[in-house]
Amino acid sequence: MTQFSVPWQPRPAHPYGMASRAVIALAQSVYGFAAPIVSRFPGAILISAVIATCVGVWMHSVLFGWVDTQLIQAAVTLPDYTPPALSLLSPSTWGLTPSVIHALRVDETVAASVAGLLDYVLWPVQFWIVRDVVGLGALFGLFNVIPVYVIWWERKVAGRIQSRLGPMRVGGWHGWAQSPADGIKLILKEDLVPAGADGPLFRLAPYLTIIPSLLAFLALPFGATYVLRELDVALVFILGVLGAEVVGVILAGWASNNKWSVYGAMREACQMISYEIPMGMALLVPVICVGTLSLSGIADVQQGGWFSWIAFSNPFCFAAFVCYFIASLASLKRAPFDLPEAESELVAGFVTEYSGFRWSLFFFAEYAAMFVICAIASIVFLGGWHSPLPASWGGGLGDGLLARGLTGLLFSGPIWLMFKSVFLLYVQLWLRWTLPRIRIDQVLYSCIQVLLPLTMVLVFGATVWTWASTGHNALWSTVEAATRIILGSIGLVFIGGFIAIAGYGFYHRRRMVGNLVQDVMPGS
Amino acid sequence: MSIDRVNQLSSTCVRRRFALAPALLVLGVTLLCGTRAMASSGGEVVTTAAEPGSLLEVVLFYAVATMTIVSSVAVCMSKNIVRMALWLFMTLASVSFLYFLLAANFLASIQLVVYAGGTLVLLVFGVMLTNKSPWARYTPGKLELVGAAAVCSVLLVALWLVFLRAEWSRLPGAFAGTSVADLGRSLLSVYVVPFEVAGVLLMIVMVGAAHLARQDK
Amino acid sequence: MTIGVTHFLVVGAVMFCCGLYTMSTKRNAIGILIGVELVLNSSALNLVAFDRYMGAGRLDGQIMALFIIVLAAAEAALAVGICINVYRNLATVDVDKATQLRG
Repeated sequence: MTQFSVPWQPRPAHPYGMASRAVIALAQSVYGFAAPIVSRFPGAILISAVIATCVGVWMHSVLFGWVDTQLIQAAVTLPDYTPPALSLLSPSTWGLTPSVIHALRVDETVAASVAGLLDYVLWPVQFWIVRDVVGLGALFGLFNVIPVYVIWWERKVAGRIQSRLGPMRVGGWHGWAQSPADGIKLILKEDLVPAGADGPLFRLAPYLTIIPSLLAFLALPFGATYVLRELDVALVFILGVLGAEVVGVILAGWASNNKWSVYGAMREACQMISYEIPMGMALLVPVICVGTLSLSGIADVQQGGWFSWIAFSNPFCFAAFVCYFIASLASLKRAPFDLPEAESELVAGFVTEYSGFRWSLFFFAEYAAMFVICAIASIVFLGGWHSPLPASWGGGLGDGLLARGLTGLLFSGPIWLMFKSVFLLYVQLWLRWTLPRIRIDQVLYSCIQVLLPLTMVLVFGATVWTWASTGHNALWSTVEAATRIILGSIGLVFIGGFIAIAGYGFYHRRRMVGNLVQDVMPGS
Repeated sequence: MSIDRVNQLSSTCVRRRFALAPALLVLGVTLLCGTRAMASSGGEVVTTAAEPGSLLEVVLFYAVATMTIVSSVAVCMSKNIVRMALWLFMTLASVSFLYFLLAANFLASIQLVVYAGGTLVLLVFGVMLTNKSPWARYTPGKLELVGAAAVCSVLLVALWLVFLRAEWSRLPGAFAGTSVADLGRSLLSVYVVPFEVAGVLLMIVMVGAAHLARQDK
Repeated sequence: MTIGVTHFLVVGAVMFCCGLYTMSTKRNAIGILIGVELVLNSSALNLVAFDRYMGAGRLDGQIMALFIIVLAAAEAALAVGICINVYRNLATVDVDKATQLRG
């Protein structure tokens, strides 16, 4: 024993319980199966995953829509029809029985072997509880997948911006399994509560941050019919629940009983309540132009391609989009406004004392909230689930099943909302790794003395513009159309420049990563 | 601490992690109920999501009311000021769900934005700025506690009796759902004077609060 | 069994009494503020419940509740400002210690 040795010895094999061992075994087997396949055909896997998601979403809409429009409408005319209720205990509330469904189904195109089975598949869809469970399950899955892969992507982006490679080892192809592996590690880590911390609050705080960002998904529409709860005030509701996230952060900072944590929490509190005002005001600008607080209603007026998006409808909305994006960065505590967790000053801010599973909950909440904020930006300003292609191009498609699928893929469907949100997420990552962090007084200055007066002017201007366009004046219509074309062209120039620069970078990616890395890690 | 103790501790941690499964189940059921409680908007007008008089409405009401009552009692029973603020947050959030049950969607969302997001954060901010030690306690006298409890419970019982006996008279006209457009219209027509006064008041308060909390005198 | 206005009124009454108890027993000025918030919320809840079950469909109760929320925000901002000022002068926010009017 030298003086450097520590009283530590390797732990005896597996102190874990049965459930932990099951998780580890499952992860190992999935990894062992998937890693070679993914490394072999990465592009094919990615493309087929996207197509499978589209097909799943499309099937879901066809199934639910068909039950609503065909089955229930046909059933209402039946003499002894009662709508399905909460209690499944009495036969009168079982809804349509499979045999009735079979009688009501008029399309006999389905093969006889699956026709009987289809009745049993359709039967549960008529109950709201089944729909809610399916919807919540899908949202919960999305809520888990988004942070995991955005974190992996952020590490890749950070790597490329700093001329590194980012995670490359786990899983083979570009470290695709890095984030799930990190997640398993974090779940199995020891669970620490510092002595002197306020135990119950310390344990509760991560859940208070993650539940609001989960709640925000309840009212977030992904497409015309893909929303769990259609709320007429969805915009205010989502802003409200995302604002309530700050309570968990403050409690985390306070309960840690650590100076850095408390400083982080205080900064978060003042940053959050100041930036909510310009953020809300910037969102008021399109709301004034459209006249509804419902996210589906706002997206509905933006049908018909690039030039009908709200961001290009008038100069005030264009400026409001920029203001909203900046204010949302600050209220999400993302760089350059990430003062609450400034590593160089505050260790890690309010997460200093956290580790393992609870630490990962904070990051789940943060990345999920980032996605929600970007989705709101794309719904409110960038056309929601409508594609930039003019909808009139899809006129000749007809109304068959395949045509509906193609319309969802090309003109308006959840895939477009995801695409736009992910693009805005990329802009957030890009800003984080290129801009330096600003000081706390500069943060508050830019909110109270720059963004707040600016958004006030924008709200006033949008009111005047809306008032002017209610007159149906011919001259004014020309001005409006010209504005749309000018602003839309500016947007096209921006996006074209982005694509050109990104393409240049992709073409010269070997040179950018550097020969050294290329030698060490071929295939990068 | 011996190495055995460390091992034992960490393995209990790992095992306790999977006690999360029931917690997740509870969370899921809460979310499901919460989703149903959120009023649905048929076109412009909002009506309650649960059919009036249905079992679902009763279950949702009792769940949310229990949460409200438990957390508001916890507010007055807590000794620690930050815990009081946490329980106040719970109360405000459950009151917002009660608003959803009353088909007042806009009000529920505003309650979340202004109260839970703004006012409460302001209060916690005040706590942090004014507490020398976070564990500082200000204990009242025994007599005072008993007196306050007696007055409050008598008041509660009296109110309860009044509610049971009261014959509320309905105004003519029926509740036909809420819409944000109607709210806005009556704010700018019938209630335009209070609306403007509230705006002026907020302006004065903003200036006044900035003056009060000024650093250099 | 249907949910009526009385159910909401009882919830409001419990919140009101808890707020009253908080206001009368806490020494910390911010604790008293928390009690005030409870009382304000209970009255807003009552107004909305009356509007839903007894009103003429004109949404008066909801607008009153909106004004209550505005007033509560204004009151909290001012009161926290005053608390910070008191703390700066007296180094405590115990309301029993703040007995002198001169700052």
